[in-house]
Amino acid sequence: MADIARPKPRKGFRISRGLLPYLLSLPALLACIGILVPFFTAVAYSLQRYRLSQPWARRWNWGENYLNFLSDSSFWNTLKVSLTYAFLTVGVELLLGLGIALLLQKRSRFNNFVSIMLLMPLMTAPALASLMWKLMTNPGFGILSYFASLIGLEDFRWASSPQTAMLTVVLVDVWVYTPFIMILLLAGLRSLPQQPFEAAALDGVPRLFVFWRITLPMLTPFLLTATLFRVIESIQQFDIIYAMTQGGPGDRLTVFQVEAYLNFFQSTNVGRSAALLMILWAITYFLSNVFIKNWLKLREKQRGDI
Amino acid sequence: MRHTSTFERVLRGTAITLVILFFMFPIFWIFLMSFQTNETILRVPPSVVFQPTFSNYAALITGKLETAAGSLEINFMRNLWNSLFLSTASVAVGLLLGIPAAYAFGRLKFRGSEDIAFTLLSFRFAPPLLVLLPLTIYFQKLGLADTYFGLIWVYQLIVLPLILWIVRGYFEDIPADIEYAYRIAGHSWFATFRKVALPLAGPGIAAAGLLAFIFAWNNFIFALVLASADKQPVTVGALAFVTASGIQYGQVAAGIVLSILPTFALALYAQRYLVEGLSLGAVKG
Repeated sequence: MADIARPKPRKGFRISRGLLPYLLSLPALLACIGILVPFFTAVAYSLQRYRLSQPWARRWNWGENYLNFLSDSSFWNTLKVSLTYAFLTVGVELLLGLGIALLLQKRSRFNNFVSIMLLMPLMTAPALASLMWKLMTNPGFGILSYFASLIGLEDFRWASSPQTAMLTVVLVDVWVYTPFIMILLLAGLRSLPQQPFEAAALDGVPRLFVFWRITLPMLTPFLLTATLFRVIESIQQFDIIYAMTQGGPGDRLTVFQVEAYLNFFQSTNVGRSAALLMILWAITYFLSNVFIKNWLKLREKQRGDI
Repeated sequence: MRHTSTFERVLRGTAITLVILFFMFPIFWIFLMSFQTNETILRVPPSVVFQPTFSNYAALITGKLETAAGSLEINFMRNLWNSLFLSTASVAVGLLLGIPAAYAFGRLKFRGSEDIAFTLLSFRFAPPLLVLLPLTIYFQKLGLADTYFGLIWVYQLIVLPLILWIVRGYFEDIPADIEYAYRIAGHSWFATFRKVALPLAGPGIAAAGLLAFIFAWNNFIFALVLASADKQPVTVGALAFVTASGIQYGQVAAGIVLSILPTFALALYAQRYLVEGLSLGAVKG
């Protein structure tokens, strides 16, 4: 109020006022614009016939890389493996994460201790997590191979068998990322208003009913954010799969980024590699737009609560 | 509250025990393995009873790997140092670039600010290889291949969005009146930023920095594609180490333990902010 009577004391401030925010955000922008250049390069690569081994044959072939995918069985395998991986990991993590969050919902010393302890896998680098599980599933001395043999699964070969490779990497992913979903949902559960639950308890509403009709609907924004976050990351998973089997055995686990990596560095087919990544980018771009909308809503809501 | 039956309590107890077993067992087992020699690791059936040895850690720290075939040089300490340096430098650069930008986005809303903030956020979700593969070619041309500088720059892809969006939230939470009052007292914009906004957003900045450090430390793909052997962090180094050390499983396990301890320690320290950081500032823990 006082400032109406008093003129602004500073001189020369007005000039910079409009520019200031731009000046402040400029360094961050410049750092990131550098990232946009390779992005557009990748777009160009995806429209070229470009093999590192045959640089002389490099030329524009426009949509040919993409058209080839239609009749390319290994592309469809990549798509299938990526979607299977994303679906399995996120599905299991969501169920497990929700279950654990419900178990630990009540604020108590013990529950808080457990929830902090469960964060350890999430803090483990995914590549190192894969390495840990590799040591545990080693056919020679792996403790998990030993456990498998105890329950009658002799010669269970985990990641090196085409039948169980997917199961193994999904298991590692579940180990690493379930705590992520758990901790988001736990924060969500604990932030829910108490009145509806108290009212339901007074009326003697069955607990299953409370869960389906009160807890779950109120938790939806958290569930959506956590799920989308995980789907976007899971469909791009590289670390766990590459560290575990490098996409093998055969082409059992050649998800998008692994396949693109192998295309680039092993078969040096830059064009195909870039086209693969563009398709993955289109998928994640779509998903991240949906995600950001939900995430913003949740952000606004949470900020409003404070 | 509701009456809970004994049956339910037993069920809950069992469920929690199973959950703890599943998530803690691998860490526990690798930890045990790191104190064993191949001799005890390879026993069938496996046993938790053994004479602990520090030889694995000693070999990693001295960089001399004694095998039956002779002595082998290992550079695991170098990897640890690279991880430490890359993560610290990336976070420092990220904070330097990110805090002013976060302030601009959070406090001084301007035309296009939301679009820019979201563009930066969307980098977090794009497939990293899309940018990394062309970058390998550019880095070669620019002479950035095999430099820390190039890597630190690329690490901004994960560090910057995180810092930007968490710190922005903290700036938004500071009542504008406080800054306004300080300004009316005749202080410059910069003094207000430094004396009022920065200290008040301090906890957020610290949390964002710690989390960014953890993410940078745990990153694998950037360094795998861009770093040469002597610049590799532990995530990439440990993988190469497996093949190099042949069958020295104890040392591999010790290497893993050394590589995950720092992030565990930081996470424990920053646990209050983890939820917020993991949701990029959307959910408060």
